[in-house]
Amino acid sequence: MSTKSIAASAAVAGLSLFATSSAFAATELQWWHAMTGANNEVVDNLAKEFNEKQSEYKIVPVFKGTYPETLNAGIAAFRAKQSPAIIQVFDVGTGVMMGAEGAVMPVAEVLEKGGYSFDKSRYLPGIVAYYSKPDGTMLSFPYNSSSPILYYNKDIFEKAGLDTENPPKTWPEVWEAARKIKTSGAAPCGYTSTWLTWIQTENFSAWNNLAYATKENGLGGTDVELTFNSPQFVEHFQSIADLAKEGVFRYGGRTSEAKQLFLSGECGILTESSGGLGDIVKSGINYGIGQLPYYEGEGRPQNTIPGGASLWVFGGKSDEEYKGIAEFFNFLSQTDVQARLHQVSGYLPVTMEAYNATKESGFYEKNPGRETPIQQMMGKEPTENSKGVRLINLPQVRDIMNEEFEAMLAGQQDAKAALDKAVERGNAAIQQALGN
Amino acid sequence: MQNVVFPNKILPYFLVAPQIVLTVIFFFWPASQALYQSAMREDPFGLRSTFVGFANFSAIFSDPSYLHSLQVTVVFSVLTAALAMGTALLLATAADLVVRGRGFYRTFMIVPYAVAPAVAGMLWLFMFNPAMGTFAYMLRRNGIMWDPLLDGNQAMLLVVVAAAWKQISYNFLFFVAGLQAIPKSLLEAAAIDGARGSRRFWTIIFPLLAPTTFFLLVVNTVYAFFDTFGIIHAVTGGGPAKATETLVYKVYNDGFVNLNLGSSAAQSVVLMVIVIGLTAFQFRFVEKKVHYG
Repeated sequence: MSTKSIAASAAVAGLSLFATSSAFAATELQWWHAMTGANNEVVDNLAKEFNEKQSEYKIVPVFKGTYPETLNAGIAAFRAKQSPAIIQVFDVGTGVMMGAEGAVMPVAEVLEKGGYSFDKSRYLPGIVAYYSKPDGTMLSFPYNSSSPILYYNKDIFEKAGLDTENPPKTWPEVWEAARKIKTSGAAPCGYTSTWLTWIQTENFSAWNNLAYATKENGLGGTDVELTFNSPQFVEHFQSIADLAKEGVFRYGGRTSEAKQLFLSGECGILTESSGGLGDIVKSGINYGIGQLPYYEGEGRPQNTIPGGASLWVFGGKSDEEYKGIAEFFNFLSQTDVQARLHQVSGYLPVTMEAYNATKESGFYEKNPGRETPIQQMMGKEPTENSKGVRLINLPQVRDIMNEEFEAMLAGQQDAKAALDKAVERGNAAIQQALGN
Repeated sequence: MQNVVFPNKILPYFLVAPQIVLTVIFFFWPASQALYQSAMREDPFGLRSTFVGFANFSAIFSDPSYLHSLQVTVVFSVLTAALAMGTALLLATAADLVVRGRGFYRTFMIVPYAVAPAVAGMLWLFMFNPAMGTFAYMLRRNGIMWDPLLDGNQAMLLVVVAAAWKQISYNFLFFVAGLQAIPKSLLEAAAIDGARGSRRFWTIIFPLLAPTTFFLLVVNTVYAFFDTFGIIHAVTGGGPAKATETLVYKVYNDGFVNLNLGSSAAQSVVLMVIVIGLTAFQFRFVEKKVHYG
């Protein structure tokens, strides 16, 4: 127990006994998360390390299921006034959490309560922009961030007579390479992609500097209108639909199922999260990494937007608890912790110092391609199209999109109809969620 | 009926109390919450809520995706019930003819019933998922365009088969019991009259099984309506393009994924009305009008 808190408790004479005794028992802080496998071990190790370092606070990690399940558990707990101190919320849940003003405490304020100041310049700009309010206050602590990249199978490329050292850079080049893979018989399918929503619409719009929705894609306000049915989107999705018809593109599912198609050698090219690297390395296939493709145009490629999850703090906790949370976040942003997290998990480092330290250690030379997702996100100052997408009900809008894409890929409608319908249904859902 | 009067006035209340408490806690309380929620529109965190009366109900009944989901549920239930009951009847009559090892077959037929719905779903998913399923690979190699991720009919077929597979055991048990209850003398008399196997089945066995069949029809419909969530969640997640989104799945999806609590509550109230209707139907017709044996 620190002398400062003894002094503080002595000052509040009547309560001194109570304050001292409660301070002896470490304040327990629950951390609800959705990490499985190797990433779950990382969570446990971090908590253990933090708990061993000091004795005032105890971080207790609790696994709550998938990302949506964890978010729901948090919401239910909040409604029952039993909310945890920290909850991990996936990227698309950001809008949901932001809509709950009063239920959450911005991370910048939490850090201040713990005696730390929030210095924006220490963090990677792309990540800070995504998790901040329009006025720049950071709302949640970026824990695991990733960015979509292109993976290709070098053996298949060689068989198809493609350049194994230079993966396709633009989408038309991808289509061409994918067709060549199929027609040459190098593999039964040329190209597949995980997360059509996150990669082919949200990141597609940022990377090509196109508007996904009005009001800076929702970062500037909640009452937004979707605009992802503009010509470039239609052209892109029509190309995918055509490739699907030819059997060159194969659909894997709404989330990361398509990774299997790449791992099994059925498809030669894959666009996937940088966080998926672990499985690809483990499979032992001869892979290469490239940037996320784009369409030729002025100023392109712009920058990608982070996926993954961040840590949110619920409102209505005691100052003591907030102090503990601030300590923990401070611990998490230490350079050695961040650098280690980045190198072990494949997720992006959150602070500039961690990025620089990893660079200096020669990690990227030994692991080519690992810097690609960071460069994609850091390359340029984000524009109003590329800070991210934030909707009050992004999970629902993604669902609507997936349904329309599936109908399109099954040949029931063309890309224009699919995108127009997704925009129309999405706008209606947003208005309903806003209570209008 | 004889009227039994207990001398103790309070004891009976104590004896029924546990049941009453359970019903209140696990049915009346949640049901009343659902009714209350269905008349409200609220943000996920419950920070702002407004009373909207029947607006949630009128919204769901004018929502094409809700009507589509209703249609999906009917198709799914009819197919599942028909497949599960048809196969079970076939197996039960076959098991009835077996002389040696009858007990063995009967016991083994019941195993799938012990499998949890989500596990059953995963089993079928692993066999038929286009990305990793062994059977999916075999189908494709034989020139069948197997892709339940995009083809709604194939997805429906997959969940129907998985759901029916799990229910066959239950139906099998009841059909076996029903077959045993048929008097041997009737079958022997028919045989003496010269009726062959299939004729004996359709003119004697099948009509006498009617009470069992009727009971199973209700049970299977209820099963397909309400107990198949785990299978659908594991196999298709309601996709592709809502092709396998049943009413129960939609309640989950709208409430827990899309966080639209008012609409989800209104949908669950509609489901509650359907369950009450089905139960009343069963009590009226199955218990009273159809006589056993």
